[in-house]
Amino acid sequence: MSPDQIGFQTLLKKEVMRFWSVLGQTVTAPVITALLYLLVFAQAMQGRASVYPGVSYTEFLLPGLIMMTVIQNAFANTSSSLIQSKVMGNLVFLQMAPLGPWEWFGAYVTAALVRTTLVAAAMLLVTIPFVQLPIREPLALLAMFLLSSASLAVLGLIAGIVSQKFDHIAAFTNFFITPLSFLSGVFYSVHALPAFWYQASHLNPFFYMIDGFRYGFFGQADVPLLQSLLWSLGFFLVASAVCLWMLMTGYKLKK
Amino acid sequence: MSSSPMPAVAISGVRKSYGPLQALRGIDFSIRQGEFFGLLGPNGAGKSTLISIIAGLVGADAGTVAVMGHDTVSDFRAARRKLGVVPQELVFDPFFKVRDMLRIQAGYYGCGKESWPWIDEMLERLDLADKAGSPMRALSGGMKRRVLVAQALVHKPPVVILDEPTAGVDVELRRTLWSFMTDLHRKGTTVVLTTHYLEEAQELCERIAILDHGQVQVIETTQQLLARHPFRFLRLKLAAGAVLPESLRALVSGEPNGSVELKLETARHPIASVLETLRLAGVAIEDVHTRDPDLEDIFVELTGGDDA
Repeated sequence: MSPDQIGFQTLLKKEVMRFWSVLGQTVTAPVITALLYLLVFAQAMQGRASVYPGVSYTEFLLPGLIMMTVIQNAFANTSSSLIQSKVMGNLVFLQMAPLGPWEWFGAYVTAALVRTTLVAAAMLLVTIPFVQLPIREPLALLAMFLLSSASLAVLGLIAGIVSQKFDHIAAFTNFFITPLSFLSGVFYSVHALPAFWYQASHLNPFFYMIDGFRYGFFGQADVPLLQSLLWSLGFFLVASAVCLWMLMTGYKLKK
Repeated sequence: MSSSPMPAVAISGVRKSYGPLQALRGIDFSIRQGEFFGLLGPNGAGKSTLISIIAGLVGADAGTVAVMGHDTVSDFRAARRKLGVVPQELVFDPFFKVRDMLRIQAGYYGCGKESWPWIDEMLERLDLADKAGSPMRALSGGMKRRVLVAQALVHKPPVVILDEPTAGVDVELRRTLWSFMTDLHRKGTTVVLTTHYLEEAQELCERIAILDHGQVQVIETTQQLLARHPFRFLRLKLAAGAVLPESLRALVSGEPNGSVELKLETARHPIASVLETLRLAGVAIEDVHTRDPDLEDIFVELTGGDDA
């Protein structure tokens, strides 16, 4: 293994160890929160007509909740790691190391994927007593999961690079990530919305992430899978280009 | 000490501004392989900026830096593998234990398990062995400083920069640190030291550069620096009620601990003639003490009295 590969592997391991050391906060807590959403909404919406033919509301809800949690945790993992290192000052150890932009990018994003995989698997596991989801299109499911996780991990990296204090990350989360993830069809089909909001939803990249992910389970969704894949891929590529440019130029990292 | 045509650190035409403030105004010098080199200067002189540029934390506006022949920008991976930097700030990662942190740091530099015996040796040498399993946040300030030193050395770099490593640390740590560093230096490591403790620089450094207002004021061997000003200091403890003659008052450089210290140019003011003047003036003296100028005196001369 080359020194560069060892460096990448070490940074990845360190990032995994970082969230692993606080597993209660990074995996257990989001799973419990999502489970509460599921219980409350499933109870409140009980008896409503199926969203898709043969799909109960609880079944419809769970993939959206999983993807919403994945989106939020992918963002939180990279952004919080970077801002903590900045605020604590220990980012210098990484900045002085012989690691290039691609190693930073790859290690941070992969570590976030490990976390979101754990979160998604734990959610599927703990909800088995309430909902048994089919998996009609496993490849679509996997593609949407990976693209969405990676996109939000990259967005978290960008937020971490741009931010100088925890407040800045909180602003990203409160004014961008949370509203867009709530208004993305997690709890409803966008076909149920008034015309304006229906159109507006189609400009929200998180809508495609959730809709495409849902397609993986049920083989049906609000928009065609290809559209969701292309939106998610486009989002990932644009975010990655911005992030790599920042890492390559040292934007907000080098003084 | 070995000498090689390729410098350990070559700095050429480095400039850096922060807005209207010119932190570095064109720095050119080289540090030879195997040197114990001092980089001194008052606060705001540009030392930390220069070190940050060498370490890759700050980008220079102009100029180049090479570490062991590797450009720190175009060939940054090779340059960084040859360099270890002990940062000035007491920074640490609270998520990890001491030994884990050092192994992670070694991994960043492409070092695997083969570096673990060296890490254990450093833990022993820096009196950290019994803290190896402790979380970083549980360590005292002095212990954290030792870990910072170990972190900079995990990949056995041939060039080490210590940015004020003894600021605010106790005597024991200073001794441990300097014993460790002089040992590494004896084995061929190039050491670059910035410190506000000028006696440390005088004792340890073979060559010294003094920076002020973003420029190198002087770069000479420590002996050349000390011989630079042909002064001697004469400290007099005058008897009660005795007054220094008018002709000697212009020579007073300080009044430490109730004494009077005269700064004498050896050619113009031989000590014997000063004492004769005092005798003729009938000034009673309780005690006399002479000393050669030290690095602090030279530093004050060159930087106009700014704090080191």
